[in-house]
Amino acid sequence: MNPADLKFNKTHEWVHLEASEDGKIATIGISQFAVEQLTDLVYIGLPEVGRTLAAGESFGEIESVKAVSDLYSPVSGDVLEVNSTLSDNLEVFSEDPYGAGWIMKVKVTDESGIDQLLDEATYAKQCAEEG
Amino acid sequence: MRNRQATQLMFELSRPGRQAARLPECDVPGSSTEDLIPSEYLAEAPPALPELAEPDVVRHFTNLSTLNMSVDTHFYPLGSCTMKYNPKRNERIAGMDGMAHLHPYQPDETVQGMLKLLYELQSDLAEISGLPVVSLQPAAGAQGELCALMVAAAYFRSIGERRTKVLSPDSAHGTNPASARMVGFETLTIKSTDEGYVDMQDLESKLDDEVAVFMITNPSTLGLFDQQVNEIAEKVHARGGLIYLDGANMNAILGITRPGDFGADMMHYNPHKTFSGPHGGGGPGAGPICVGAKLAPFLPSPMVAQSEDGYFLDYDRPQSIGRVRSFFGNVGVLVRAYAYIRSHGPDGLREVSENAVLNANYLRSRVKHFLPVPHGESCMHEFVATATDLKKDRQVTAMDIAKRLLDYGFHAPTVYFPLTVPECLMIEPTETESKESMDAFAETLFRVTEEPADLLHEAPHTTTVSRPDEVRAARQPIMKWSATTGEG
Amino acid sequence: MAYLFNTPDEQREMLQAIGIESIEQLFETIPADIRLSSDLNIPAAMGELELTQHMSGLAAENADARSLTCFLGAGSYDHFIPAVVDAISSRGEFYTSYTPYQPEVSQGNLQAMFEYQTLICQLTGMDVSNASLYDGGSSAAEAAMMSISVTRRSKKIVVPETLHPEYRAILETYLLNLGTQIETVSCPQGVLDVAALEAVIDRDTACVLIQYPNFFGQIERVSEIAEVVHGAGALLVAAIDPISMGLLQRPGDLGVDIVVAEGQALGNPMSYGGPYLGIMACREKFVRRLPGRIAGQTVDRRGKRCWVLTLQTREQHIRRDKATSNICTNQGLFALRASIYLAAIGPQGLQSVADLSLKKAHYAAEQLTDSDRFERRFSGPFFKEFVIRDRQNQVEPLLREMSESGFLAGIALARWYPELEDCFLVAVTEKRTRNEIDRWSALMTGTVQLEAASHA
Repeated sequence: MNPADLKFNKTHEWVHLEASEDGKIATIGISQFAVEQLTDLVYIGLPEVGRTLAAGESFGEIESVKAVSDLYSPVSGDVLEVNSTLSDNLEVFSEDPYGAGWIMKVKVTDESGIDQLLDEATYAKQCAEEG
Repeated sequence: MRNRQATQLMFELSRPGRQAARLPECDVPGSSTEDLIPSEYLAEAPPALPELAEPDVVRHFTNLSTLNMSVDTHFYPLGSCTMKYNPKRNERIAGMDGMAHLHPYQPDETVQGMLKLLYELQSDLAEISGLPVVSLQPAAGAQGELCALMVAAAYFRSIGERRTKVLSPDSAHGTNPASARMVGFETLTIKSTDEGYVDMQDLESKLDDEVAVFMITNPSTLGLFDQQVNEIAEKVHARGGLIYLDGANMNAILGITRPGDFGADMMHYNPHKTFSGPHGGGGPGAGPICVGAKLAPFLPSPMVAQSEDGYFLDYDRPQSIGRVRSFFGNVGVLVRAYAYIRSHGPDGLREVSENAVLNANYLRSRVKHFLPVPHGESCMHEFVATATDLKKDRQVTAMDIAKRLLDYGFHAPTVYFPLTVPECLMIEPTETESKESMDAFAETLFRVTEEPADLLHEAPHTTTVSRPDEVRAARQPIMKWSATTGEG
Repeated sequence: MAYLFNTPDEQREMLQAIGIESIEQLFETIPADIRLSSDLNIPAAMGELELTQHMSGLAAENADARSLTCFLGAGSYDHFIPAVVDAISSRGEFYTSYTPYQPEVSQGNLQAMFEYQTLICQLTGMDVSNASLYDGGSSAAEAAMMSISVTRRSKKIVVPETLHPEYRAILETYLLNLGTQIETVSCPQGVLDVAALEAVIDRDTACVLIQYPNFFGQIERVSEIAEVVHGAGALLVAAIDPISMGLLQRPGDLGVDIVVAEGQALGNPMSYGGPYLGIMACREKFVRRLPGRIAGQTVDRRGKRCWVLTLQTREQHIRRDKATSNICTNQGLFALRASIYLAAIGPQGLQSVADLSLKKAHYAAEQLTDSDRFERRFSGPFFKEFVIRDRQNQVEPLLREMSESGFLAGIALARWYPELEDCFLVAVTEKRTRNEIDRWSALMTGTVQLEAASHA
């Protein structure tokens, strides 16, 4: 996926929205910036399929040896699918954060708040300030 | 000299049929095991523990011990941990039959000496802290914090107030927010100023009627005494909150000033730091807490009390929070603390702090020229230096410096704590180091900062292992031996 | 002073290097109005000889388990401690070092931790052990909080009355502020009745916390309990006596999810209640919720096998308010002692200790219940402890007289169980000889007069 087509959470999750027969499906991952900040990843805690998430709710966590970050859902909805290959293949996050590094797909149940997500340029600016 | 074979894992040394301990034949008549316990409850075989001869056990562990640095063998300036000399006399005392071989449920009249000791220790700790009532029950500093916050919660319940927040500075130990959370409090972090003190503006913006406790470490983790402490206490008290003092750094102020005199309502001691209970490779500690009179009814039970008939364990404390651990407390550690306090007396304790602070300032004066100390003009018992310049100029990190020091026979300072100072080294020499060992340390530290970056990145070079792969350890954790684990 | 180096000359040199005149100046950052103006009111300093005499005097005012014969248990036991345990653990490189923050100079401690974790897994049949917590009771509280976190159920936990009353008190203290209810199941038979458990367990229950063997020494039916607990989606936590593992089935083989234990019996003196060590082990899938330090195996930059602290993101120094627990310092030296004990005793030795304790306890119970005065309060299998009912309901005077005659004869149960006011708990370890047991029972049953037997 091209980052320019994505929306971002301030907390470094990206989301890609696509329409389907029964509403919008969000694919969610974490940004390249976040992966670089965490350095050597050692663990990802994934949500259960079927779990209902509110926008802003913590759905998992990602860890390096000496740091841990909670992952926050950019959208409200139900978890449809998780990328269970990640746990044994954490290099994917640095190799392809916006593609094979996707974490979960969520069926969006409430679209309010989506317009408050950042576009790539705004997010990049935020990262430049943090970095 | 080390024997590498004996430092294989004990499971690899095991040979079927070896046994160190032999138990006597059963001397009571009676039935077979199977007649006493139905076989459905019995295991087919005992656990598959290793089988070793006694010389195996001794050689194995003795050789393992030589792989450790320790206070007995090395200068160990691990900031915040107060790695002072652990008196041998206290070990012998704590091992006396009349100390070590007492059952916790013995009748009070059979343990009058122990109860007297603990009663006097309660009084001494109260006097040293300026807070009148003491519970010796908590097992470690972190449990002392937890216990004190439970006491605070019980106090607020008793006066019908619902307070939900605990504040702690950004430089605080992680145990502070972790303890607060375990008592159900929301935790808020108070910023530090550039000078390293509590940011009063930030405190005031977060201080409201929902704040139960402000947890302060003073002297702080930067080794500074926060002069605002009285003002902080007044502000917190004015809103009905309590001040908790994290006593991790008591080694700086024994007989100099007392938490109870600068506004603290409760505090814990770390006797394994301040009063020289040995650190034991990571414990045991103890975490006695002292509180002001209004909080005393809520302290855990039992406490040692005195009546006409002698000393007794007082369980009749209806407002007590109950218990945070089994039995009385980490008595063995408390006995050592008592012996330490008796060895020093009032003058001696003050001299401990005076010399701890003198040593830290002396070492600081030697180090600050090549590793800047960003906070304070002087320090208390420890100071925090930073390697940010070295990192910027030559990519040499605080960790590189720490690792290289090991090559020269010095334990490293604490690195990367407190979290508020980048590339930091927290150095605490304690009062039980000589000027010459501090001189040698300072000279070595300087030499290390001049060494080539490549050499430092791969340090240590002389230890049996170097730079263990922590990423690998965390990705696919191997947390026990199995026959297939093999040797690396 | 006792342990200082600095001579007055050196102090002067150091002050000069700092650029000040007096030590006093170093404390000027402390406002004058809060500095102490007088000496601390504590007794004057003692030299080593004086201190040793003073402490010997205090010790002499205690009747220790070498002058009194100990039949007390309830979590602290008078088991034999082989000399190697003291000899090795008193090496300065072990007891004067600290948490292995620098693995390169802490491989001894780290490897010992890794060995300890392995031994605990072997002992309990669990997948993963931490490197120790404080003691059995607070470990039980940690296990309850871990269960709440794993199951995301915070409304209640269930405990039987056969769980150590102090453990139940600790659970109450820990859980009160979190709003978790503790449902206590009464156990009139001295063991948890599975039907009674079924009646109270529900989908809000985070865990059931049992003791095995239980506080009364009786052996719970762990597999059956596990089935009920898992049926409700809860976790089963068992607080065990590590010595009993020499004979009994291991909790890991019976469906237990988290094991905790008071580790005192593994080579540690009774020390009037501490320091001991809290054992905690669990199933692999819960490891990220396990509190406390864990040593892990890895390789160094040269590829050599070595050990480090691992999975540290669980801990307070990284995760702060979201940590699995606030624990920092644990009981490293006592975990080491437990390892040395288990290494020295081995599988056959552990079985012998357990078997001797079992047989002597049963012999003692028989001797006592031969008399008309005493009976066992509960039937059913027991390990090394048992509850005796005094038909004359004179427990307190009896135990006091026995103590005057040189025996710590048992623990009165009235303070915890009002309905057992005529009962006391007896523990018998491998150290009790037939002679001691015979004398104890003769005095208790009145075949020998108490006064005449006084050891004074």
